[in-house]
Amino acid sequence: MSDHASISGSAARRLSVFKTYKLYVGGKFPRSESGRVYEVTDPKGNWLANAPQSSRKDARDAVVAARKAFGGWSGATAYNRGQVLYRVAEMLEGRRDQFVREVADAEGLSKSKAAGVVDATVDRWVWYAGWTDKIAQVTGGANPVAGPFFNLSSPEPTGVVAVLAPQESSLLGLVSVVAPVIATGNTAVVVASEKAPLPALSLAEVLATSDVPGGVVNVLSGRTAEIAAPLAAHQDVNAIDLAGADEELAKELEIAAADNLKRVLRPQAVDYFETPGIERMTAFLETKTVWHPTGSLGAGGSSY
Amino acid sequence: MASVFEYAPAPESRSVVDIAPSYGLFIDGEFTEAADGKVFKTVSPSTEEVLSEVAQAGAEDVDRAVRAARKAFEKWSALPGSERAKYLFRIARIIQERSRELAVLETLDNGKPIRETRDADLPLVAAHFFYYAGWADKLDHAGFGADPRPLGVAGQVIPWNFPLLMLAWKIAPALATGNTVVLKPAETTPLSALFFADICRQAGLPRGVVNILPGYGDTGAALVAHPDVNKVAFTGSTAVGKEIARTVAGTRKKLTLELGGKGANIVFDDAPIDQAVEGIVTGIFFNQGQVCCAGSRLLVQESIQDELLDALKRRLSTLRLGDPLDKNTDIGAINSAEQLARITALAEQGEAEGAERWSPACELPASGYWFAPTLFTNVTQAHTIARDEIFGPVLSVLTFRTPDEAVAKANNTQYGLSAGIWTEKGSRILAVANKLRAGVVWSNTFNKFDPTSPFGGYKESGFGREGGRHGLEAYLDV
Repeated sequence: MSDHASISGSAARRLSVFKTYKLYVGGKFPRSESGRVYEVTDPKGNWLANAPQSSRKDARDAVVAARKAFGGWSGATAYNRGQVLYRVAEMLEGRRDQFVREVADAEGLSKSKAAGVVDATVDRWVWYAGWTDKIAQVTGGANPVAGPFFNLSSPEPTGVVAVLAPQESSLLGLVSVVAPVIATGNTAVVVASEKAPLPALSLAEVLATSDVPGGVVNVLSGRTAEIAAPLAAHQDVNAIDLAGADEELAKELEIAAADNLKRVLRPQAVDYFETPGIERMTAFLETKTVWHPTGSLGAGGSSY
Repeated sequence: MASVFEYAPAPESRSVVDIAPSYGLFIDGEFTEAADGKVFKTVSPSTEEVLSEVAQAGAEDVDRAVRAARKAFEKWSALPGSERAKYLFRIARIIQERSRELAVLETLDNGKPIRETRDADLPLVAAHFFYYAGWADKLDHAGFGADPRPLGVAGQVIPWNFPLLMLAWKIAPALATGNTVVLKPAETTPLSALFFADICRQAGLPRGVVNILPGYGDTGAALVAHPDVNKVAFTGSTAVGKEIARTVAGTRKKLTLELGGKGANIVFDDAPIDQAVEGIVTGIFFNQGQVCCAGSRLLVQESIQDELLDALKRRLSTLRLGDPLDKNTDIGAINSAEQLARITALAEQGEAEGAERWSPACELPASGYWFAPTLFTNVTQAHTIARDEIFGPVLSVLTFRTPDEAVAKANNTQYGLSAGIWTEKGSRILAVANKLRAGVVWSNTFNKFDPTSPFGGYKESGFGREGGRHGLEAYLDV
């Protein structure tokens, strides 16, 4: 009996099951091809987990996945993209407690502060979900040219965007830079906060269950400078958001990005709790202008 | 093909323009010599006649001009938008008044036909100033938030293919938004920018708001690198664009680039052939093909290839090449000996790689820089002439069978500036236009421009848009 009692006593203090954090590439959860991991600690130095330390090859694989997903995602209706982004908010809300815990650990916040972060993050998804089918009306439209032409400008996604997530804001900052990129039809290769990557890696699980097609968002963890270098130089990456780069690294990456004239969003001070403007969306949009004659076509005076 | 009726010469008079033997830099409202006294000559590409001697700005002059612009910025940006607007309206009106003079000047200095400077360049130049004038007091409504702020001093570097039009594209939105500018025109076509300086004086524009620094590439490089420049705008080659992007990396300078192109002009089997032929001619022979958005790759559906090429060749045989000041001239001079050498070399490479070359019977004048309209058939996507921007009157013809193949071939380029679609089927136009990775798509027309219509490229054709509401963004702190 006493044995029994001690067994049930230890059950009360049962060993928890640790989570093996993995990358998120092309809708799958691989380990780093390099086989490397690095220790992730909370701000006090307590060990939290071993996160995958991505390599150049992981970065390249992620670009391939993002490119493959681009046609389908950019071709989806804006209404559909809005539904999918809203679904992310739903899934995240359902896992609220997990993310409160992870953000509190990652950023050394109190539970109540972390809860505020997670709530703001859910709301951010909702905010961008509502933008997908409105941004074209705000940034595009008919141009009144001085001639017999129908002339229309519409925004289109730039393509594959490399996103260096902010270093300090592990979840709200991350979502604040990823959601605008995919809301407009781009696909993303995201480099999570180097010090606090775990909320990003867990967010991947939310994305995977939120109808976001595989490859639309790819999440890498590791050393920001190491992963960012091949992304900035990659010929099939169309744009890069340098939010998570320090000044020195940002300059280096911007120089590399010039090689194929990537669109670059430079680092800037942002309060991620504030409602954003549309700049993070327009930074990764092209404007396409289509002309067509109206009425008379030819010198012969032929008409419609 | 000899015509039954020969055209009599119909030259525009040169007497409407008075070109001085020498010109200075325009800094802080004054014409001034370069600090080191350097000058260069500008020639007429159709005759090789020296038109004038122009001061060549060096780094010291760049510094002087940027300081003048910085000083002027304080008052200019503080002016009510409605006042800035009136200055721009004045400029637009003076350009209209002087448009014949400027058209002749531009034709002399650039080599393009008077028909184009008179009917395309100058009306568009005036229209750009008129359009952006109207924005100056309405910036709160432009969609960039309430009270968007100007950036400061804009350093602008423009090319030689549309000297005055590119100046208008750069200066009009910059001034409307409250910036001041230092502009470097191209070394082969500095004159119209210097005439524009005089227009600024006639308009009573405050000193230092517009500064003009003729010079070569090193002048532009010094301007781009100047630490007190807040915004850099460049139109020109992709190679130089990349260099500029590296230069401004890590700074807070805002950058917009309008770079090269290799536009596909796609003709489907149901296209109106005669109109398509006109569009192809406009696409590649307008301004001797020295247009970044030129339709330099003709993609024709295989089933109508013979019919279309016959019609195209017939049409090319009626083009008139010669004196750009003649009102009946279609094809003028190539802008410089250097550009002619580049076009010649690329055309020779096209032949060497196995493409078939054709030009109409065409007599080239004895002096000046000339290149006959040329088309290449049997071109594959791997050929240099199908990949590299030639920037001359050279058309590469490729074929396709299905719309998907047309799209794939059209997009198979590092560039993404322009494209054309010719078909009578509306749904095909919209479907194909959707799939093309290009900033401007002309369907059943080509090479149309308007100040209200955003222009700019995808991919390595640069970033940012000029024209329209979109064009304001490049000059605002947003």
